[in-house]
Amino acid sequence: MFSLRDKHLANDIISQIKKAEVHLKFMHVCGTHQDTLVKHGLDMLLQTSGIEIGQGPGCPVCVTTPKEIEEILVLAKEGKTITTFGDMIRVPGVTSSLQQMKAEGCDIRTVYSIEDALFFAEKHKNKEVVFMAVGFETTAPTTAAVLLRNLPLNFSVLCCHRLIPPALQAILQMGEIKIDGFIEPGHVSTIIGVKPYEFISKDYHIPQVIAGFEPIDLLMGAWMLVRQIQQGKAEVENEYIRAVKPQGNKKAQQIIRQVFEQVDVKWRGFPTIPHSGLRLRKKYASYDARKRYEEDLKDLAEEEFAEPVGCLCGDVLRGLISSKECPLFGCQCTPDNPVGPCMVSSEGNCNIQYRYSKK
Amino acid sequence: MCLAIPGKIIELDKKKQSATVDYGSGTTRKANVSLVEVKIGDYVLVHAGFAIQVLDEKEAKETLALFKEMLSLQEEK
Repeated sequence: MFSLRDKHLANDIISQIKKAEVHLKFMHVCGTHQDTLVKHGLDMLLQTSGIEIGQGPGCPVCVTTPKEIEEILVLAKEGKTITTFGDMIRVPGVTSSLQQMKAEGCDIRTVYSIEDALFFAEKHKNKEVVFMAVGFETTAPTTAAVLLRNLPLNFSVLCCHRLIPPALQAILQMGEIKIDGFIEPGHVSTIIGVKPYEFISKDYHIPQVIAGFEPIDLLMGAWMLVRQIQQGKAEVENEYIRAVKPQGNKKAQQIIRQVFEQVDVKWRGFPTIPHSGLRLRKKYASYDARKRYEEDLKDLAEEEFAEPVGCLCGDVLRGLISSKECPLFGCQCTPDNPVGPCMVSSEGNCNIQYRYSKK
Repeated sequence: MCLAIPGKIIELDKKKQSATVDYGSGTTRKANVSLVEVKIGDYVLVHAGFAIQVLDEKEAKETLALFKEMLSLQEEK
């Protein structure tokens, strides 16, 4: 029902793009889009049709800052039980990684959902359980939904949620690369809908298409951007109509607003991006790990943490270079021995490039 | 991270907070459905244990036809 892999249709789309004789650069901000593009060779196919398409800061694990990783490492060292999604465990920090700390005896647990972390806390009242909440608008409502419950006192959240539209604006404002169009992330858009992207098209005259994750979805997304450019338009179109409603998921939006407030935060590779992060509102402060464990974390407050030596994840996340242009790619930095987060996460550009290019 | 898997709701608890979702090939798993309004038989997108949106089955079935129509309209121009 949901498989869109019609070869003839793909050929028709590519043939129409070729006819347009364009030379354009598109950016998307989603690891799952990148996986589809590289896995099916669509990035190369589009390149032969005059379209260069690359990934921006669309991997929540990758954009988590070295400082946030140090925060969770400190809490692990202080004896808290750390719960988070699998990819996060392996991201190297400045001093260690959660995986390394687990090997050294710290209590680090991979969970599939924040609910798993909560159930663990409910069952183990003698442990102080911290959930490291990473993810964009897709994941933020799952954290919000849990925070609205009667929670056990041994549970808290280290909130690292971030928002996509402010990051798109930051990329355009920084002006480091020319972008002719954005392919917007389908699952973030199931939550936020169409409207939050509109200012990008209006203020920067950039066409945008919200796209799904099948090969045809992405080819159609690229074709719809080309069509807008040919017609001189800059609008937000929705290709992923089977999943994205114009208004998004209002219930999810409402609980995000109820639980979180927007704050200025750094992203890996970026300076502070205004209003791009989520912080727990005062009402939920007792479940905010940064407040609860303020004493444990106080030494980190003023400290700045550098990227790993030689790591160009920041440039990859800003779309300035492809993963393969990083001198560490595939030699010092591999999925088994990652230097930066883009090689760790299955949504990271370097990991995806490595997985599909190494046979 | 933002990966979401489509599946069909085959069981729903009375409070409509939790459902059993069938992902095909015999794989079923519980999902929290508190963020969406669903009934048995609906297709949902599940992310990190939560259904985040109901899929429109009619739109899904018509997607290919719609794309072909869009392309043919452009071809005629």
